[in-house]
Amino acid sequence: MTEVAATRAATPAWSWLAALRRHGLWLVAALLLSGLPLVFRSGTALTMMSLMGIMIIFSLSYNILLGQTGLLSFGHAVYYGLGAFFVVHAMNAIIRAKLPIPLPVMPLIGGTAGLAFAVIFGSVSTRRGGTAFAMITLGLAELVASSSLILRGFFGGEEGITTNRTRLFRLFDWNFGPQVQIYYLIAAWCLISMIAMYALTRTPFGRMCNAVRENPERIEFIGCSRTMVRFIAFCLAGFFAGIAGGLAAVNFEIVNASYLGLQQSGIVLFAAYIGGIGHFIGPVLGAILVTYLQIMLSDVTVIWQLYFGLMFIVVVMFAPGGLAGLLMMHVPLVRARVLHLLMVPYALLLAAASIAGVGAIVIVELTYRLTVKATEGTVIRLFGISLDTESAWPWLLAAALAAGGGFLTHAAWPLAARALSDATAHAGERS
Amino acid sequence: MSTPVIELVSIHKSFGRTQIIRGVDLAVPRGERHAIIGPNGAGKSTLFNLISGRLKPTAGAIRLDGADVTGAKPQEINRRGLARSFQITNVFPRLSVWENIRCAVLGSLPYKYAFWHGIESLAGVKERTGHILHEINLVGRRDTQAGVLTYAEQRALEIGITIAGGAGIILLDEPTAGMSRREAEHAVALIRKISAGRTLVIIEHDMGVVFDLADRISVLVYGQIIASDAPARIKANPAVQQAYLGTAAA
Repeated sequence: MTEVAATRAATPAWSWLAALRRHGLWLVAALLLSGLPLVFRSGTALTMMSLMGIMIIFSLSYNILLGQTGLLSFGHAVYYGLGAFFVVHAMNAIIRAKLPIPLPVMPLIGGTAGLAFAVIFGSVSTRRGGTAFAMITLGLAELVASSSLILRGFFGGEEGITTNRTRLFRLFDWNFGPQVQIYYLIAAWCLISMIAMYALTRTPFGRMCNAVRENPERIEFIGCSRTMVRFIAFCLAGFFAGIAGGLAAVNFEIVNASYLGLQQSGIVLFAAYIGGIGHFIGPVLGAILVTYLQIMLSDVTVIWQLYFGLMFIVVVMFAPGGLAGLLMMHVPLVRARVLHLLMVPYALLLAAASIAGVGAIVIVELTYRLTVKATEGTVIRLFGISLDTESAWPWLLAAALAAGGGFLTHAAWPLAARALSDATAHAGERS
Repeated sequence: MSTPVIELVSIHKSFGRTQIIRGVDLAVPRGERHAIIGPNGAGKSTLFNLISGRLKPTAGAIRLDGADVTGAKPQEINRRGLARSFQITNVFPRLSVWENIRCAVLGSLPYKYAFWHGIESLAGVKERTGHILHEINLVGRRDTQAGVLTYAEQRALEIGITIAGGAGIILLDEPTAGMSRREAEHAVALIRKISAGRTLVIIEHDMGVVFDLADRISVLVYGQIIASDAPARIKANPAVQQAYLGTAAA
């Protein structure tokens, strides 16, 4: 066994191939990130992709806590927000003093700030796990959020602090004015951070994090301090959150108190969970989806956060593994070429759930107009149809759709579940 | 006589007003296989919890190799070379068997918190993990999640995690409880193998196992050691017979 490994390593061509096999995915990711602006050229697309990149780093940093170490934090945006504030102040100071420090290194300042505050706050919060830890992070988040309203000099009050990224020292004649340049800056940091955080899972410390998540008591009896593991995880998560915050400061050129608020902490929890905390790729998917929905949904409806909440509940109840969990469940089926067996039951389930969803959306929107926005008239347009909140039939129809769709979903669910388990068994036989 | 590796001096433990351990003195010399027996509720597991740092004694002193460890944290005691197993299986359920053992191996190493070093290239870790898996006969199950192992396999894994760090003192809390006759025989053979060259303290209900394995036996009754002697003399001790063996025979 060891001899084989030795001869393999001795052949340069083979080790090259092995390296490509191991790191090929990152190469693909790099190519994808570089190529995306050539396909999606519009300003909206560039902005959205920039935000996705920031959110990917932020969500992955959150998953160092939740997914890897089993720590549920309600205050992760503190490190993101403080990173952003330190970067915006650093940028302004650099502009004033005309220092030869270029924009691309700014996220490191954010990371350092995130790390420093994680060291301070983490030394308090990581003494406990579970509910106590969650409550302490919530308390610290409130503490920082309320200080942001008191220390107006640093946090800039309601307006926040602004900066101008084009006035920093220039490298290679890039002034980082155009969004596409910012996109590439974010993409580069996103790739570096993803690789670093993935590598982290494959270190002794990364494995100790998993052990602490699985059984925090036993770890103490094999000579390891769970407090130390949690503390280091907390610091590293704060560091990467700070990088994400720094990039956000660079991207928006304005930072305000909402960056470190509870809502931002909620969004990152949401993104990580909906993407799936059990797989490394999960928070990446979650970040992309949540950013997309945040931008698209908020264009379509004012109460997009309500739909966010509903979606979260659905994921927690029916797909606790998140998007990544669902995908991974189907990987062996694709390998065994039995995925087609699921098409019909899945289509039925999707159709039924869509009917229920449409009904629910109509009811929600009608109620919102009738109760909160009554001054804007009684007629709303949904799915290209005008509906009158005063008339009975839209309500009845929506209720029928919701109830009927719900019933059909209830009926289609076991079909899909059985098809999945049959296909999985089938795939198991073939392998 | 050389310093005992484990020395308990007048250990007391109370929970509220309930006294569980009421003055235990015990000295285990290096290399001994020492069994602790006693009826249910005598305080055997509590005694283990005190020695391993899970609980702090109300009074008394605990010394390992002559150094005072009274009130020390579990990981500090572990780093002094004492490892324990649990009566109720206490593994990492959603990690593979390999990861379970590897974590336990890492726990004893200085770079267990290293986040700058790849895990696959660490010298000796892979070999040691493989060696332990071989010892506990779970090589074929290396990629299985610990939570889905059979009960006997989980008990073997529990022992594997305990010995993986290379501790010189091993505490096993009812390692054969709930096993079939054959499984228990395998477990005893395993314990005999892994305790060679180490100091072993074992809590056990199965008298066959105890008399087969132990060099010396301590009988704990109602929070006190009423006898501590070689197996043959324990068998002949009238106080022990009355307090414990007698009830087992009846």
